[in-house]
Amino acid sequence: MADAAIRGHDAHDRRNFFTRWFMSTNHKDIGILYLFTAAAVGFVSVLFTVYMRMELMAPGAQLMCMEGMRVLPSGADCTPNGHLWNVIITAHGILMMFFVVIPALFGGFGNYFMPLQIGAPDMAFPRMNNLSYWLYVAGTSLAIASVFAPGGANQAGSGLGWVLYPPLSTHEGGYSTDLALFAVHLSGASSILGAINMITTFLNMRAPGMTLHKVPLFPWSIFVTAWLILLSLPVLAGAITMLITDRNFGTTFFEASGGGDPVLYQHILWFFGHPEVYIIIVPGFGIISHVISTFSKKPIFGYLPMVYAMVSIGVLGFVVWAHHMYTVGLSLTQQSYFMLATMVIAVPTGIKVFSWIATMWGGSIEFKTPMLFATGFLFLFTVGGVTGVILSQAAVDRYYHDTYYVVAHFHYVMSLGAVYAIFAGIYFWIGKMSGRQYPEWAGKIHFWGMFIGSNLTFFPQHFLGRQGMPRRILDYPEAFSLWNHVSSIGAFIAFASFLWFIGVVAWTLLKGKRVTQANYWNEYADTLEWTLPSPPPEHTFEILPQRSDWDHGHGH
Amino acid sequence: MAHETNHDYHILKPSIWPFLGALGAFIMLFGLVLWMHDRGAWMFAGGAILVAYVMFGWWSEVVFEGNHGDHTPVVRLGLRYGFILFIMSEVMFFAAWFWSFFKHAMYPGGPEQPAAFQTYPPEGIVPFDPWHLPLINTLILLCSGAAATWAHHALVEENDHKQMVRALALTIFLGLMFTCVQAYEYTHAHFGFSGNIYGANFFMATGFHGTHVIIGTIFLFVCMMRAMRGDFTPRQHVGFEAAVWYWHFVDVVWLFLFAAVYIWGSSGVAAH
Repeated sequence: MADAAIRGHDAHDRRNFFTRWFMSTNHKDIGILYLFTAAAVGFVSVLFTVYMRMELMAPGAQLMCMEGMRVLPSGADCTPNGHLWNVIITAHGILMMFFVVIPALFGGFGNYFMPLQIGAPDMAFPRMNNLSYWLYVAGTSLAIASVFAPGGANQAGSGLGWVLYPPLSTHEGGYSTDLALFAVHLSGASSILGAINMITTFLNMRAPGMTLHKVPLFPWSIFVTAWLILLSLPVLAGAITMLITDRNFGTTFFEASGGGDPVLYQHILWFFGHPEVYIIIVPGFGIISHVISTFSKKPIFGYLPMVYAMVSIGVLGFVVWAHHMYTVGLSLTQQSYFMLATMVIAVPTGIKVFSWIATMWGGSIEFKTPMLFATGFLFLFTVGGVTGVILSQAAVDRYYHDTYYVVAHFHYVMSLGAVYAIFAGIYFWIGKMSGRQYPEWAGKIHFWGMFIGSNLTFFPQHFLGRQGMPRRILDYPEAFSLWNHVSSIGAFIAFASFLWFIGVVAWTLLKGKRVTQANYWNEYADTLEWTLPSPPPEHTFEILPQRSDWDHGHGH
Repeated sequence: MAHETNHDYHILKPSIWPFLGALGAFIMLFGLVLWMHDRGAWMFAGGAILVAYVMFGWWSEVVFEGNHGDHTPVVRLGLRYGFILFIMSEVMFFAAWFWSFFKHAMYPGGPEQPAAFQTYPPEGIVPFDPWHLPLINTLILLCSGAAATWAHHALVEENDHKQMVRALALTIFLGLMFTCVQAYEYTHAHFGFSGNIYGANFFMATGFHGTHVIIGTIFLFVCMMRAMRGDFTPRQHVGFEAAVWYWHFVDVVWLFLFAAVYIWGSSGVAAH
């Protein structure tokens, strides 16, 4: 792409600030907008968790009092404010699910690197791409407004849990819940438009000669994710519309006294909610594959099985939803089916994990920061996956349902799985996106702080769950105090490492060493973005790439 | 843009529409929440006007681009992919409403619920007779689907714009008739929207379908205007093709609604 390099100099960027960032039709700029917004929302959401862990550090209510929120425990009387607690867990869940992880992985990396890796000059619908981004911002604004709007228990905010189960969600007072529901509507519309864009780009704009079985794994992961979004989010839109009409217009979809059924909501929600889990993690699979291959200096092991494992995870994701609902009174037949179907997912997931290990096997492994995060992902995602298989057993789930064991399980796959993938992606590509490289030592400190902190936070929660501590409460008996204390210390370490990470990124963007090469890793980073200058010029692949630019005859 | 390229994709200039549209959506939905809680409809109306303005401005621009050679064959293929995917997402939206219907029709309320709700339709509900107005409406909608296909044929096979406009006018007329009959039927319902699951299922499923009919009618109307202006050629008519696909989608959803909500939903009880 010597051609693009020349362009980078003569094509002087004449757009002013407003035109570039508010009127963008450029997939790279929109990707960057997504990443920064997701980081800002993520920071708010992480602050909520730190506050939660501060409260849970010792038995009894210390900070979330009816007498007012406190930052530090004091000797004064404290009547526990359960509503405040509920509002914070709800906001944490909704923000993380809809407004942090999907926008970062699918919106951010998906926008920036999927078109680059398939050699497309932009997305199929560049204007609609920006609509996705701004609808996401509008949704985030509604979600944040919902926290401060009049809500249940004559206080601000809604304390429903992110799943928004009726009858709680249909009877919560005020209009906070309505704002939250419309926030989810907007985020859903944003994601659906994004999914349409990604699928069309993937199908219609691949570089000449790049047949489906030659597409790199990250675009494949985005393609699979886009299908999950396209087919599951509209179903959620239906469910929350029913909540809105039940709340405001007296319909009785979920109101038993009018012939409705609250369990119906759970079915429809989880028909979306389980694919949602894979929407969050599958783009991470794509990133991890590239990172592991690059730093093991080997092509990815089993490219085709990796592709079809993602596809089958996506398909199976649609037929296992009721394993979230073993305790609602499903028949034994239904429980057996959902249990077996769920366990089947361990097969394609196992294919992926073993293929990553096989890629590393015999490779010349270099533990740069992205590789540390990828290795951490591999280990911790597997831990979360294994506890998932445990929870998939209906009989065992009777005891674990709604305990901290579940909290530990899904934070291992999400907080330590998806979020590690985001960090791996940032360290892997920040030099490409910004033209400046992070200091390696600083990235490593971030990794180890995060690794120790997040494991210390979540591993003890398995013990708490096994002891029977229920989730979603702000107080607990003395017997659970030891591991809660440890877990809180872990959360503080993880938070410190997150602050460190923000510092590392700021330093990199302002003072980081300039990147001079197109490919600053090694020849195993062989996808098309590594043929472009760092940062890439405003318009890339105006002259479509040659087959020799991307087809290296190995791995694919 | 300014540079030479060797591809036929459509690279767009920066545009203010997405930002304005999202701003309008935010104002509209925040206003809707306030409206639902009796704080006036002003904010909602302002947002809705902004959204409508953005739709008009944005799509006018798309039409302009289509007429000025930006829609190369590969771009047209992409637009078709995009529209089919949009219709697929719409199908999944209706899945939620059918899910609620099937659940309650197959497994009505349990012993803990009021006795009236242990059957479907619930006791005391007098549903519509499906073989009366609903059947007529089915025929109207099917005829309009046929008329849409006539319009398509007139364009693609005969390149006869006069005939195409005539067929489109018929399609639109039938679509409007469907909406009128549906509105008439709504005002004669013997069951309410609130307080019972039958009304909730019926009005939300058929109501969302009706909304889609109205959207489809507007879409076809825009296509008729464009056909009169001579925008379409037998080779290039993505907008029209999308409108016809959308219309057929609305048609198929209706057939499922007719079979489920109307016929199944009224079986076993006296209807009117």
